[in-house]
Amino acid sequence: METKNIMIVGVGGQGSLLASKLLGRLLVDEGYDVKVSEVHGMSQRGGSVVTYVRFGDRVYSPVIEDGEADFIVSFEKLEAARYVDKLRKGGTVVVNTQQIDPMPVIIGAAKYPEDVIEQMEQKGVHVDHLDALSFANEAGSSKAVNIVLMGVLAKYFDIAYDKWISAIEKCVKPQFIEINKKAFELGYNSMKG
Amino acid sequence: MKQLMIGNEAVARGLYDGGCAVISSYPGTPSTEITECFSKFDDAYCEWAPNEKVATESAFGASLRGKRSACCMKHVGLNVAADPLFTMSYTGVNGGMVICVADDPGMHSSQNEQDSRHYAIASKIPMLEPSDSQEAYDFARAAFEISEKFDTPVLFKMCTRVAHSQSIVETREKATDVEKPYEKNPQKYIMAPANAIRRHPFVEERTRKIAEFSETSGLNRVEKGDGSKNFGIITSSTSYQYIKEVFGDTVSVLKLGIVNPLPEKLIKDFASSVEKVYVVEELDPIIETFCKNIGVDVVGKEMFSITGEFSQKTIAKAFGLSDKENVKVDAEIPVRPPMMCAGCPHRGLFYVLSKNKLTVLGDIGCYTLGSAPPLNALDMTLCMGASVSGLHGFNIAGGSETEKKTVCVIGDSTFMHSGVTGLINVAYNMSNSTVIILDNSITGMTGHQQNPSTGYNIKGDPAAR
Repeated sequence: METKNIMIVGVGGQGSLLASKLLGRLLVDEGYDVKVSEVHGMSQRGGSVVTYVRFGDRVYSPVIEDGEADFIVSFEKLEAARYVDKLRKGGTVVVNTQQIDPMPVIIGAAKYPEDVIEQMEQKGVHVDHLDALSFANEAGSSKAVNIVLMGVLAKYFDIAYDKWISAIEKCVKPQFIEINKKAFELGYNSMKG
Repeated sequence: MKQLMIGNEAVARGLYDGGCAVISSYPGTPSTEITECFSKFDDAYCEWAPNEKVATESAFGASLRGKRSACCMKHVGLNVAADPLFTMSYTGVNGGMVICVADDPGMHSSQNEQDSRHYAIASKIPMLEPSDSQEAYDFARAAFEISEKFDTPVLFKMCTRVAHSQSIVETREKATDVEKPYEKNPQKYIMAPANAIRRHPFVEERTRKIAEFSETSGLNRVEKGDGSKNFGIITSSTSYQYIKEVFGDTVSVLKLGIVNPLPEKLIKDFASSVEKVYVVEELDPIIETFCKNIGVDVVGKEMFSITGEFSQKTIAKAFGLSDKENVKVDAEIPVRPPMMCAGCPHRGLFYVLSKNKLTVLGDIGCYTLGSAPPLNALDMTLCMGASVSGLHGFNIAGGSETEKKTVCVIGDSTFMHSGVTGLINVAYNMSNSTVIILDNSITGMTGHQQNPSTGYNIKGDPAAR
């Protein structure tokens, strides 16, 4: 199988680490060669964060370059637009419509572009957007945005629902498993696909 | 069992399974997780030292006593540890000793982009360099064997991409711990001139022997191409992965795992098996220069940048392959820089310093974020501890008017690391210097490690403070 590329992007603190851990676990269990890459250090302080997940028969590079991503899963609107140049032609963006203002916007030095989702769609990008924060709250925790989005992503994969659930059970602390299973289900059953 | 591991975790596992009994380190991105992962093994000793020099000397002491030991640091940490490094090359080891150093091409979280391979050459210590987590594991185990076989410390070079990328690792059975007896040996371990003079020829002879070993070692390998391309590539580390990503099996590759000393015959044989040779290495032209010195004609830095990180795109572009089609939006995307944590008390301090238009000499730590808008509070950041000593010199040069308007800021861990010696100089040479210690009782920037000011050790047990 040709290597598939998934990018997980967002704002430091939104839980991209758990999302990539879940994907890594699932894909290794499925028998793929897998590489997951992220840069540690600054991400805990609300900076822009990016994680690369690559899988296939044999994966070499740990990074995803311009025009290579099959999927971009974005935890925040602006971050989807920031990394969209990594998307291949015909690729899919799964995006949480939440808006988190970066520092230059907070201090009035820059403007938050309002129509980034429309702009991506105008360029022919398939954008699957949803209010993942509401779904996460419905599941029982605003922190479950990451797993709601994994539920949306799962719709595009030919991997059984139960296997995703089993990966969640292996990656999440016992007391949070139910919330995360619910969050995954809400994402999986959300409107588009 | 196959497991996904970041490179740093794989190094920790490799060191442990290779019989490492003692690790002493100072945190620094991207090296920190090696020591953190190692600290989870209950039957081995692990500590945070106040700085890299102390860590290296502690590990050396453990080796001298006969145990396998290691120390870990980031590239600039090796500057601090350079003093013991150069002379440990002369003494050699008793128990095997590994010095892990993590470079940061692209400077994701560092103040410079220095290439640690220069230290291996300058100190005449062998250096291994893995390209993924499996190699990180295997090479870490091999490092101890090389160390004891050749009576040398071994440098183990990581880089950000290998340190922080997860790939699949299969571990093997743990080696049986061997403790060597300690025997007094002044000629080997007392590096006074009379003894050191005799050790230097040993070091030169050792380098010759390791170079010979590296000619046939499995840590270096030639991968024959399928014949569809007539050129070959010499490479190491993460660059190897990018080359394979772009060219697959179409080119011949000499993939080096021992980057010091380099194998002359292996390189010459490889070069003569192909029509043209490229050297692909991040940062400085170390392999390239060696090739040219031994008369092998290679193409290197005229095609590949001496700065920054590579990727498959860098390689494809350099070889004239076309860019992949992608999408761009027209909107201007505002940057999203990291900020000081919500509720961080340093924010208030920087607000006041900035409001009073003071000159603020800074140091290494999360408070460097105080330099960004809207605080704009810093004037200088150089290296660990430099705020205090720099302020002393600034005030000596500027006199009493300068003293009133200038302060320095330094965190608790950085103060313990090397700020304290600068403060001793302030006191001894009596400059009127205002030193502000930003004590949040944790090593913040690297992800919350304990230090001598926190009252806890690496395991979370109570410690002296």
